[in-house]
Amino acid sequence: MLASFCGKKVMRELSGVILNRGSKLCNFIEWRGLKVVYKRYASLYFYMCIDQEDNELEVLEIIHQYVEILDRYFGSVCELDLIFNFHKAYFILDELLLAGELQDSSKRAVGHMIAIHDRFVEAVKEEANSISNLIAQVNM
Amino acid sequence: MNPFSSGTRLRDMIRAIRACKTAAEERGVVRKECAAIRAAINENDHDYRHRNLAKLMFIHMLGYPTHFGQMECLKLIASAGFPEKRIGYLGLMLLLDERQEVLMLVTNSLKQDLNHTNQYIVGLALCALGNICSAEMARDLAPEVERLLQFRDPNIRKKAALCSIRIIKKVPELAENFINPAAALLKEKHHGVLITGVQLCTDLCKISEEALEYFRLKCTEGLVKTLKDLVNSPYAPEYDIAGITDPFLHIRLLKLLRVLGQGDEDASECMNDILAQVATKTESNKNAGNAILYECVATIMSIEDNGGLRVLAINILGRFLSNRDNNIRYVALNMLMRAITVDAQAVQRHRATILECVKDLDASIRKRALELVYVLVNETNVKPLTKELIDYLEVSDEDFKGDLTAKICSLVKKFSPEKIWYIDQMLKVLSEAGNFVKDEVWHAVIVVITNSPDLHGYTVRALYRAIQTSADQESLVRVAVWCIGEYGDMLVNNIGMLDVEDPITVTESDAVDIIEIALKHHTSDLTTKAMALIALLKLSSRFPSCSERIKEIVAQYKGSLVLELQQRSIEMNSIISKHQNIRSTLVERMPTLDLLQWEEQQSGSIPTTTSTSAHASINIPNGVAKPSSAPLVDLLDLNSDDVPAPSSSGGDFLHDLLDVDLSKQSGVNHSPNNGTNALMDLLSIDVLSSPSSNSVQPTSSAGAIDLLDSFATNSPIQENNGPAYPSVVAFESSNLRIGFNFSKLPGNPQTTIIKATFTNLSPSVYTDFIFQAAVPKFLQLHLEPASGNTLPASGNESITQTLRVTNSQHGKKSLVMRIRIAYKMNNKDVLEEGQINNFPQGL
Repeated sequence: MLASFCGKKVMRELSGVILNRGSKLCNFIEWRGLKVVYKRYASLYFYMCIDQEDNELEVLEIIHQYVEILDRYFGSVCELDLIFNFHKAYFILDELLLAGELQDSSKRAVGHMIAIHDRFVEAVKEEANSISNLIAQVNM
Repeated sequence: MNPFSSGTRLRDMIRAIRACKTAAEERGVVRKECAAIRAAINENDHDYRHRNLAKLMFIHMLGYPTHFGQMECLKLIASAGFPEKRIGYLGLMLLLDERQEVLMLVTNSLKQDLNHTNQYIVGLALCALGNICSAEMARDLAPEVERLLQFRDPNIRKKAALCSIRIIKKVPELAENFINPAAALLKEKHHGVLITGVQLCTDLCKISEEALEYFRLKCTEGLVKTLKDLVNSPYAPEYDIAGITDPFLHIRLLKLLRVLGQGDEDASECMNDILAQVATKTESNKNAGNAILYECVATIMSIEDNGGLRVLAINILGRFLSNRDNNIRYVALNMLMRAITVDAQAVQRHRATILECVKDLDASIRKRALELVYVLVNETNVKPLTKELIDYLEVSDEDFKGDLTAKICSLVKKFSPEKIWYIDQMLKVLSEAGNFVKDEVWHAVIVVITNSPDLHGYTVRALYRAIQTSADQESLVRVAVWCIGEYGDMLVNNIGMLDVEDPITVTESDAVDIIEIALKHHTSDLTTKAMALIALLKLSSRFPSCSERIKEIVAQYKGSLVLELQQRSIEMNSIISKHQNIRSTLVERMPTLDLLQWEEQQSGSIPTTTSTSAHASINIPNGVAKPSSAPLVDLLDLNSDDVPAPSSSGGDFLHDLLDVDLSKQSGVNHSPNNGTNALMDLLSIDVLSSPSSNSVQPTSSAGAIDLLDSFATNSPIQENNGPAYPSVVAFESSNLRIGFNFSKLPGNPQTTIIKATFTNLSPSVYTDFIFQAAVPKFLQLHLEPASGNTLPASGNESITQTLRVTNSQHGKKSLVMRIRIAYKMNNKDVLEEGQINNFPQGL
């Protein structure tokens, strides 16, 4: 599978093409020699650029996996969640796909990894807070 | 509060940006944030580095430049803590790509992190490496990744497996190192490791023959068993999708089995049972099941033949094709493409459905279906299929027309059983979608028309009719204008009527009308107008009674602001008014354009013209070197906008070089530049010479005469040698030798005839051989077409080419020449250049 970094111009043009597609049509586009699979969830479109040999129907499933994981993580994910937490959306994506291929077929496993990462971050923050409290106390 | 933070948290910045009502407002906010971030970077602030990078990434996603933040990523990655590294690596992946040199600086950090005690940090490093590493980084860090393939934690093993895929893609030579560890992964139970391991093996097989052999031998049975267990496994909630356990693993296993079974009887034998089981037992009411069936059919089609399995596959295909779900039909069309090579009959049976799909509402399905139809066409079904496609052409929408037209033209060209059918179909296409037709296509139509003398009358009448209704299709107008000009007499006198034709009355005046309309139509572009002018010239000769009227029409362009039209108009007017004696010779019937050479050129064996104008000319280099003066008038000159050089070896490739030198020369070959160029085009493909024209005597008109002049002198050249000059080896490299033989015409000491001989000194054959030369201003250079453009190896045969150099400083300066030779050796382009200074004295 191709990485999503096809360049901003390409992404913008492709977005235009996708948004213009009718609703009853199939989820696959061939555009300038690229194969693109897209799926719409409410007001959001997720699209992936794939190789010629890839299984288009499977890619639809992968997109769905991603959306379900996001949903579980954010609790009924909505567009704003993704905008304000884009970095977290990326972190989750990086647990699902690597080098353009699927890492794990278990949503639970992916969610679990993210939870562990988040715990690390929390732990570091707590530690930082407790140190600043100490310093603040000392300075008083 | 740190003075170098803009004070806003990430979400505040995002909120502020979203609240902007105009682009200018947004730019203002972004600018302010960037300024604060820049200041923080300059002061090497580390408290808010994390937050600043997150902001930068958002700004980057909006489309603003953020290269100043790249080093921040590196600093964050080099920090000790997990949160910093995490955001740093993300920044790296988003803001940089493998082309940036900054990336190299990360290699050391990556190496350390790959060896970190915290396995989650190892995971971060593997992720970054797997997504964007360059070839050098891959080489440096491959040993670490190899080691991690055997790490204790499966989550690291699976990441290492995928990271390895990128490494072997970037550095294929390292593939061998990964074969054994990859094979070990296939025996695991953890689904994540299995999926990634199978993927790694699949990619290894694609890259390395050795890997393919190894896995085929050692792992096929194990994989079949794994798939079997998976298919028969009980309900597993963690991996269940639509009632199937881990469809992703199903699909990857099927893919790997496909790679292993392809071309190998034993391996294919081994997997027949499980493939049959998957094909029959998989539920096809949900997408997951269909995805598996899709993959299964693809595998069955690729491995070695098993009748029963193939039947199963074709059945599934048939079901998919008639499914109402567009996705399924799309996928079915894809499958059918694959099935063609395996069982063409079965696919032909679905021809009707496929044709229906060409007319589908869904653009993606139409595209797939069209490709499929293209592959399905053969001699027996070409006529009905073409008819269907052309019928659809009339109703299809604009974006599809281009594709459809191209395919139809290609089909018609490939399979046309007889010329009249070809002409009929092409006329239909031109009438319907002429504006989408590529230049080569309508050029080819003209070539075929000239090759069908008994159809000339039929064609010109058909075109006459067509242009009445479809004058908006530019290509049709051009072809029609050309034909009416050329065969106008047939049109008017109803010559060569076929039984199928209805009689039609066209007067000479009508014919001229049509051309005049084409000439004056506001949508006609330069090429069409230029062609129309020439057509008028022809008609002025064929219809003497219209000559005056034509002269007036042509004269209207004498003052045209477009140089090409002005020039043509003046020249033609001149011919019509003052040179009636040569006019008819000038516009004699075109000889048959050589179909074979034309096709050869189109298939790419001879390089096509490198003309920079939008319209390619029928430029067939290395044509017969016996130019005749018969069709002197440019009939197909389409290089209207260029000022091409008068000399060419039949190809435009010299124009860059020679143009510069020769266009500065005064007089001689200058004024009928365009005429001469096209002249070369046509004459180099002309097979018939018309001896009568050689006797035409030069008169005072500069243009046409020079054309005659230069060609009239060609034939005697070889016979008359002046004083002998020694031959030289003009150029020699390890691969090539060029020898020059010199001779002069008696009475013309300024001009030297050089016969160049090219010899291949290497053991490989050279193809696409092109010789180019350039000379300083005081010299004039003319190249004849070369004897060929394939140079056999080891000097078995040579290519020869004749050059003519005229030295305006004869006696004062000697000849000098810069040369450039281009050819293909072992499919690689080779370019050699040099300067020739060793011309004998007195040339």
